Amino acid sequence: MIAPPGIQAPAAVDSISHDLLEVAMGPHHPSTHGVFRMNVVLDGETVVKLTPVFGYLHRNHEKIAEKNSYLASIPYTDRLDYICSMTNNWAYVLSVEKLTGLAVPERAEYIRVIVAELTRLFNHACLAGFLLQDMGALGTPMMYAFREREKILDLFESLTGSRMMCNYMRFGGCRCDLTAGWLEQAATVVAGFDSFLDHFEALLNGNEILCARSQGVGVLPAGLAVNAGVTGPGLRASGVNYDIRKVDQYGIYNRFKFRVPLGRCGDVFDRYMMRILEMRESLKILGQALHDIPAGAIIDPKAKLRNLRPKPGEAYGRIESPKGELGFYLISDGGSAPYRYRVRPPSLINLTVLEDMCLGHAIADVVIILGSIDIVLGEVDR
Amino acid sequence: MQTPEQIKDRILAAFPDAQVEVIPNGSPASQPSLLLAPTQARQIAKFLRDDPALRFDYASNATGVDWPEKTVKEKVKRKKVVDGVENETEELVERKTPAFLEAVYHLYSMALGRGPLVIRLRTANRADNAALPSLTPIWRSCEFQEREIFDLFGIFFQGHPDLRRILMWDNFVDHPMRKDYVPADAAEVLP
Repeated sequence: MIAPPGIQAPAAVDSISHDLLEVAMGPHHPSTHGVFRMNVVLDGETVVKLTPVFGYLHRNHEKIAEKNSYLASIPYTDRLDYICSMTNNWAYVLSVEKLTGLAVPERAEYIRVIVAELTRLFNHACLAGFLLQDMGALGTPMMYAFREREKILDLFESLTGSRMMCNYMRFGGCRCDLTAGWLEQAATVVAGFDSFLDHFEALLNGNEILCARSQGVGVLPAGLAVNAGVTGPGLRASGVNYDIRKVDQYGIYNRFKFRVPLGRCGDVFDRYMMRILEMRESLKILGQALHDIPAGAIIDPKAKLRNLRPKPGEAYGRIESPKGELGFYLISDGGSAPYRYRVRPPSLINLTVLEDMCLGHAIADVVIILGSIDIVLGEVDR
Repeated sequence: MQTPEQIKDRILAAFPDAQVEVIPNGSPASQPSLLLAPTQARQIAKFLRDDPALRFDYASNATGVDWPEKTVKEKVKRKKVVDGVENETEELVERKTPAFLEAVYHLYSMALGRGPLVIRLRTANRADNAALPSLTPIWRSCEFQEREIFDLFGIFFQGHPDLRRILMWDNFVDHPMRKDYVPADAAEVLP
């Protein structure tokens, strides 16, 4: 009940003396979406200081990768952001392709876009569901989101053999071709997702509780967002037009027509709406990709998977993962394992401004501000 | 898109006494980097961020690399006079590369849609008190990443607002990402 050093208790406005209260929120708190802790200093219910504490899920993924071959790290990347294994695979193989100069066949590029956008769909749907759960809508929105996610995971299972730990992409392509009828099933799921979104939006967007809890809460100014390296929907909610799919045009994203939604206020409501609008844009990309996908090889015949020894050098590759900029920085010394293997985790770096967004808000708002950032602890702690 | 050489010239125009070196990159990614002297790094970083033609407003990735001392064997041709006859012989010479820790930053410009510009800072040695200036005052995105470099590589960042361990626990002693790190018996290190 004693204020930590360096923190001044605000002057008492009445005769009742009041002290600051330090609360350790987490690592087992249900709203932290994993084993994450925030040491919150409270004045009444108002946050005056917030210190995030990391490391509960740390297994030194980078060190493990520096002792393994390039190929052996692909299944480990599934476990970074364990919701979105496909995009993690993509960021890693993209960096290795940059390091080795490998080309990717057309069909494989289309498959990558399709699975990555499907991943974005269910990641954003689940995020919206969890966020609503944090606001007190217990169960219902989340179960709707999970119902849709299940359909996409069924697609992933028939494609890769695994629902979540897909281990699907390879340097220069993908591991296996689409099964018979997969594209038709995917088209059905995409068509169904559109009507799910209509339903979801009609239910929630104008909801009074959602608006009252989220509008004007956790505002992130654009200048601070850029300087603090916030990426993904959180950045675009603050009005900064920066989507790596547009900026880098990695893969074949220059072939698709889609727009980048931007927020105006940078509050929790804008971050929620970003997810909804981005799902609509992902559906547009999916519609085009499922229509245009050509026949052909799914992996570059020159691609060497086992005992890959890139020439000495380094490469940094990045993609727009559902959470933000996911990058891999690789240094090769000519050996069969990377000399340096670094993951640039969007979840961790987006937390840099957590305290700035929470100061002055009630402790109940901390829960939804954290929920709107969208973190996965497998990626934060690595 | 400016090349690192052009950016180097621009830095030298603003800071005539700056030491900037372009480090080539052998991979097809063609991302050469600029090696900055640690003493001038902060003001050059500020220049890179604020200069209207560069505007690297976004430091995406910051990480460490450990380069321990390495013995490189090289063949050197020497002329030797044996019994009055000059012969050219090849000798195997061992050379030691200097040991240092490195901090690598990947900069992008959100305003101009450019990047990456890779900048590197090197410590003088790999000792326990190896230090570099922190770039967190320039780009806040480095805050947690520099803490991670400090935690896992053991580089002290001078001027960092909150330099503590981030992933390992506070009374952990070693730096696990160094190449010579030997993990202790798990039963001994559990907190």
